[in-house]
Amino acid sequence: MKDLVEKKAANEVETEEGSITIEIVYRGIFQKTLAQRIARSIVLAARKRGHTGTAFGRYGDSPERNGVPAKYFAVVAINELELESSMAKYEPAVVDVSIVVDDTLVKGVESWAWYGRQPIWKPVRSDGFVVVTSEKTPDEVLAQTDAAERPYTLAVVPGLASFAGLWVFKDDHTDYRVLGALARLVPDWVRLEDVQALIREQTKEGSAADSAQHGFDATVVRAVAPGEGTSGHEVLQFDKPGWTTMRPGIIVDARKPGERNPYYKKYGARTLRPVVNFDTCIKCTMCWLDCPDECFEVTAEGHYEVVYEACIGCGICAAVCPVKDCIVMVDEMKFTDNKDTWALWKSDHDAYNRWFEEMAGVPADPKGVAARAADAPVGTPTVSHDAASGGDD
Amino acid sequence: MTTITSDIPRHGAPENANEVETEQLATGCEAIAEAIRLADVDVMAAYPIRPYDGVMQAAAKLIANGKMDVEYIVADGEHSQFEIVKHACAVGSRVFVGSSGVGWFYAFEAIAVTAGLRLPVVAICGNRALDDPGAFGCEHNDALAVRDLGWLLCWAETAQESLDFALTAWKVGEDKRVSLPVAIGLDGAFLTHSQQIVMIPTQAAVNSFLPKFDLGDRLLHPDNPITIAPQVDQDWLMEIRMQNDQAMRNALGVITEAHTEFKRLFGRGGDNPFLDEFMTDDAEIVFLGQGTLSLPMKVAIRRLRKQGHKVGLVRLKWFRPFPTADIVRSLSRFKAVGVIDRDYSFGSPYYGGVLYNEIRSALYSAPKRPVVVGFIAALGGREIEQPMAMEMFEKTMAAASGELTSGDVCHWIGVRK
Repeated sequence: MKDLVEKKAANEVETEEGSITIEIVYRGIFQKTLAQRIARSIVLAARKRGHTGTAFGRYGDSPERNGVPAKYFAVVAINELELESSMAKYEPAVVDVSIVVDDTLVKGVESWAWYGRQPIWKPVRSDGFVVVTSEKTPDEVLAQTDAAERPYTLAVVPGLASFAGLWVFKDDHTDYRVLGALARLVPDWVRLEDVQALIREQTKEGSAADSAQHGFDATVVRAVAPGEGTSGHEVLQFDKPGWTTMRPGIIVDARKPGERNPYYKKYGARTLRPVVNFDTCIKCTMCWLDCPDECFEVTAEGHYEVVYEACIGCGICAAVCPVKDCIVMVDEMKFTDNKDTWALWKSDHDAYNRWFEEMAGVPADPKGVAARAADAPVGTPTVSHDAASGGDD
Repeated sequence: MTTITSDIPRHGAPENANEVETEQLATGCEAIAEAIRLADVDVMAAYPIRPYDGVMQAAAKLIANGKMDVEYIVADGEHSQFEIVKHACAVGSRVFVGSSGVGWFYAFEAIAVTAGLRLPVVAICGNRALDDPGAFGCEHNDALAVRDLGWLLCWAETAQESLDFALTAWKVGEDKRVSLPVAIGLDGAFLTHSQQIVMIPTQAAVNSFLPKFDLGDRLLHPDNPITIAPQVDQDWLMEIRMQNDQAMRNALGVITEAHTEFKRLFGRGGDNPFLDEFMTDDAEIVFLGQGTLSLPMKVAIRRLRKQGHKVGLVRLKWFRPFPTADIVRSLSRFKAVGVIDRDYSFGSPYYGGVLYNEIRSALYSAPKRPVVVGFIAALGGREIEQPMAMEMFEKTMAAASGELTSGDVCHWIGVRK
């Protein structure tokens, strides 16, 4: 840890002198082309004033997986010599600017391998910038961001997260707006006129250059002091073993069937999460069967509750559920933890249903089912816990 | 008769109290098959290629005659063959496999991962020239290709040593301090297909030498849930490589222990586990080589001794781990060393063979260094004839007296112009 701090300190001096390092944090596959375009445009715009640069994706992110946080980098330097200190790297330890192209990523990201959930600002230098594309206000974004350890500037670029597939690109001008915002935040490195000149070369659309101007004008900026943000997120760290402490034979602990691996956290990939209406659930098992990540646990009553730490928010459960509005996919930014919700339903139906309606935006009791369910005998499980968690018999 | 003094609990194949050590006229491959029987191997995988396939046939015969109980799997090719034993080993089976020449190379992905996974697979490489051109004769380049991967690698001289090395290979490879695969080089034709007198030890003696294979908490089993070889990339791999490096260092000591115990139980194995010296006590120059080329060289040395020349032979038994200290200690005594490579390493330093450059490298920091001359000889299974041995002797003598310059350090022997 001490080494890392020293390394960071050394890098800070370098970045302030002759180069700037910008990372783009994005959702794997869906936003790859977007991140690549932003990084390349930063370098190509800088060429217009004689600067040089490099752009690269984090090598270990490939092959990318749907929604799993990934990173792309752009480094601009005044000359080749200054650029050398940023070359031949997988991932810069310190960045001046972190661009987050989906606001749910501010809840923390994983590195390519699982080394714990890391605050979104983790590599950002003191007095650096976190740029988030979001329809929310800076305060709302900050409320889901880990409490700051050092001051930075939060900038919100108006717009929804731009999602498309691997082979297509959603040309909604997100990249142009982000480039415009950068021109406002780090004008010494990214100039609006260079960005707009580049855009005019690349596209015949006049509106694209206007989008850069819009990003420049409409970006909302807020200074963040140390301590500001939430301390509610799970703290997850992982120490890498040394050659004397590793098990020989490239072996890591696994789990017996039916046990959950405490290291297997996938929620960093989530933009939407399923919320379940236990009153309208008909216990058909479809969500439990079709979930690709085995997220559902069977309750004593035979309901299926979501283990949110394991859920990537793919939405398959909601798609296969035969009951309307029984499983509803809800914006991840509305939630502050990964706790199971079934316990609340069990202890207080009314409180749970109010919460469900607030989150899901649909009625909890469309046909008075809850009232009938409340009359039903309690404590007669229809599916035994053991049998259900045991496998596919 | 050997007296059994080990107190290791009985295991392995059933013993017979009346069994005695027997003598057989057997090829190197048949001797290996006897070792497979005696070691109570659980799984062997086979795919035919000459000369390794002699083991296939000999093992199949033992099974057909009801003398051996082993899961004998004929694969669809060498890659599958080596993968089968790798996986069988991971679930706790003692395993055997082998191949030759380009067949060995076809298995290479599996060969590489087996060392990475620290699975003590025992393999023979029936040495054969690499195609093209098609040739059956012996060259060492096939087995030498594993030299950097974490495989232990030794070369046998006789059918007896083939059997002895195989038993030692399971003992050393399966030792938890090592846990690495072991390859045994058997010179094609001269050893794999030539019958010699071999002493076959009793099952009781072998059972006392070879402990039961136990992977411990590395066993792949539903009661021991583990993940083997997840993707790691740059931030774990160097530590994993370091573990292999340490295991290979440990192997030197474990081989020495096994050699001592083997000698005690079976009365064979020579003075040094790594080197076999012949007429070196007062020698001024020596030849150094691996495998069966020691046999014609010994003939030459006896003739040269009759003429009054102080010449000897050092046969290297283990190539990996390389016995650097033993090599330095041994070779520092001589004026000149003629290294005979039955391999090639095109474009290498001084255009020498693999063994030549290893020997030179080992001697670099030695306080007293002999002159080292390299000979590429007997490729493609060509015999070492006495005129070739005399030519090598003359060149080594010239080097010892300082007549050869550094540009002359490597020579091809017995090549038509």
